[in-house]
Amino acid sequence: MGADFVSRRTVLKSLSIGAVAGSVLRVIPLEAAEFAHHIIESEKTEAKSGAYTPKFFDAHQYKTLQSLCETILPADADSGGAIEAGAPEFIDLLTSENTKYQGILGDGLKWLDSSCTTRYGKAYLESTPQQQKEILDLIAYRKSAEQDVSLSQAVEFFSFLRNFTADGFFTSKIGIKYLGYKGNTYLVEFPGCPPVPGV
Amino acid sequence: MLQISPAKKVYDVCIIGSGAGGGTAAKVLTEGGLSVVMLEAGPRLDPDKDFKEHMWPYQLPHRGVGVGGKQRGIGDEFMAPNGFWEIEGEPYTTAPGSSFRWFRSRIEGGRTNHWGRIALRFGPADLRAHSTDGFGDDWPISYEELAPYYDKVESYIGVFGSKENVPNSPDGVFMPPPKPRCTETIVKKACDKLKITCIPSRLAILTKPLNDRDACHYCAQCGRGCRSASNFSSSQVMIPPAMATGRLTMIANAMAREIVVGANGKAEAVSYIDKSTGSEQRVYAKAVVVAASACESARLLLNSKSATFSNGLANSSGVVGRYLTDSVGSDLAGYFPQLENMPPHNHDGVGGMHMYMPWWRFGNKNEFLRGYHIEFGGGRDMPGVGGFEYVCEETEGYGVSLKQKCRSSYGTFIGFSGRGEMIPNEKSFCELDPEVKDKWGIPVLRFHWQWGENENKMAADMQQTFRSIIEAAGGTVIAGTRRHPQKSSAGESNALQHQPAGRISTGGEIIHELGTVRMGNDPKTSALNKNCQAHDVKNVFVADAAPFVSNPDKNPTLTIMALSWKTSDYLLDQAKKGEL
Repeated sequence: MGADFVSRRTVLKSLSIGAVAGSVLRVIPLEAAEFAHHIIESEKTEAKSGAYTPKFFDAHQYKTLQSLCETILPADADSGGAIEAGAPEFIDLLTSENTKYQGILGDGLKWLDSSCTTRYGKAYLESTPQQQKEILDLIAYRKSAEQDVSLSQAVEFFSFLRNFTADGFFTSKIGIKYLGYKGNTYLVEFPGCPPVPGV
Repeated sequence: MLQISPAKKVYDVCIIGSGAGGGTAAKVLTEGGLSVVMLEAGPRLDPDKDFKEHMWPYQLPHRGVGVGGKQRGIGDEFMAPNGFWEIEGEPYTTAPGSSFRWFRSRIEGGRTNHWGRIALRFGPADLRAHSTDGFGDDWPISYEELAPYYDKVESYIGVFGSKENVPNSPDGVFMPPPKPRCTETIVKKACDKLKITCIPSRLAILTKPLNDRDACHYCAQCGRGCRSASNFSSSQVMIPPAMATGRLTMIANAMAREIVVGANGKAEAVSYIDKSTGSEQRVYAKAVVVAASACESARLLLNSKSATFSNGLANSSGVVGRYLTDSVGSDLAGYFPQLENMPPHNHDGVGGMHMYMPWWRFGNKNEFLRGYHIEFGGGRDMPGVGGFEYVCEETEGYGVSLKQKCRSSYGTFIGFSGRGEMIPNEKSFCELDPEVKDKWGIPVLRFHWQWGENENKMAADMQQTFRSIIEAAGGTVIAGTRRHPQKSSAGESNALQHQPAGRISTGGEIIHELGTVRMGNDPKTSALNKNCQAHDVKNVFVADAAPFVSNPDKNPTLTIMALSWKTSDYLLDQAKKGEL
């Protein structure tokens, strides 16, 4: 940590010198917190966007994965989508280290391409948006597997990928902002529940 | 030239373990003037390096769940170094038909680095279990004897709470409690309707500065460790004052193998494995305080066999390893639609619940003996991996509508956990495995476990209570989920993330295992006397939860410290009188 290191106690003490006595609530700037905590910068912010080299998936699979992640949690008026959130990188990293994940996702992507080829004569990525929607609608709901048992694995694959994408998106900077999580900060006093009718 | 070996250093006391019990003993004994050597099976703790306080999930490539996504719950990447369910090279076994999980810490401070900070006093009736309902045994000490030590511990470590006069849940020396979160306001109203007592919780977290420790800054991350020591851990609150006396020598990475008995029948040394070299070493002391955690302490005594004590040290009664209990645990979660309307706000608070339900039916005629308390958590916690599984599986599909559903339901779940008293039974105990040894050749423990009928009835009652609270609050029970839908901010509750709703916990899972070196007035049925001193060997003491005679629903840590303080005062007195 070296000479730059300042303990949080030091930061808190120095900031409290400037605090007005009797102030109800004081939030210490996050910059100070981050400085005090010499937080490591994530690999993501250091790397240029798009510079990520997949550790497990091949180039085609990874593009397909990116497309699926973005379809599951897309960009909208309120925030960016799963790609901007780094979900595909997160999924690739963990999958490269977990054989169970490799089985589910590897088999799932294979199934997707071969089903699209059978149905539409093209791999998933080359299929039209309408065709992509059609195949995803088939595997995005458990009731499809109830009606056609042969779809069970594909439904499980999509469910797994949906959870995984949500994990990646909602633990990202933009995902946390999208949810409106307001914590991980320093308060002098906890204000309790804001006044809301019915609560 | 004549070879003279260096004079053998003999400490006044050797303490084995640096957690709640060992840390307290180290503080009291060194401040009382004794020289102490402490053996810790893990490394020293460095908060600046080891604590990941205030880090965001996206600042770790694995977002907190570790390589391959395999570190979840209590062992996630954010937690303070605390311990493990499985340790490579250090197995334990379970007897056929028994399930038991053993969480072990190998780090300065032990489990106090991550614990839920729940600091509840045992009540007068808890120490008189047999006299109250005819089951189990009474403690050899009364609440009145223990109370002054609860006062000392609370005054020193800092505990928030409120004076409530709840029967058999004694009030303590309290700092003011924090204000309730929205989730707690909702649950409190439902409890009022149902006449279930719901009061400010009692946690070892500072809401005011104390002894050079800053007050809490409400980031809800106690489980990650706190660099300003605003919460209690032995490593940051007990060990430093002991070190400051200059009389504490800490030997880290020292795995105790055996307490060595001298020709006079007293303990004279502890042999240990120096884990950094694998070599066997020995420290000499005039007294030994065993505080390695209940089962590890039992294991050490059982492994300390000698010609005088062929059955293990302090075990002429044969009770060492017996009377093993854990808390009865059961969980249920609910969805609360009114929380969808909450504006984004800071919900963090302290690292744990601000309100809880103490046992509110004390003295009633219930369908089971003893009681339980309820912990609960949820709401707008820091998002984490696994937190959206339930919503995704319920909503299905994909696209903007899924994204919006995740947002609108974020923070709308509350999980409830019951913690109840188990009555010791003959089928739950640990013993040395006759064959299996750890990587240093030390025989390991084999666990036998069975919940009794009373525990199962209690767990069923918990489920019924959780349901009524959830429904009274206008919520919906979430049944059959694969996982707890929201990560609770309480360190201890994280352990429950993988526990399916609606069942009784596995033995050991609540990490309140205790009773394996119990105290009592009769040397035939107990290993220790009322001062936690071995009946058989007067310079051996036990200072963790192993001496407990019963396992009330009030989490053990505060009582470990109060009892260790009392034991240490006695030891100090005996040492001064030259009685050891």
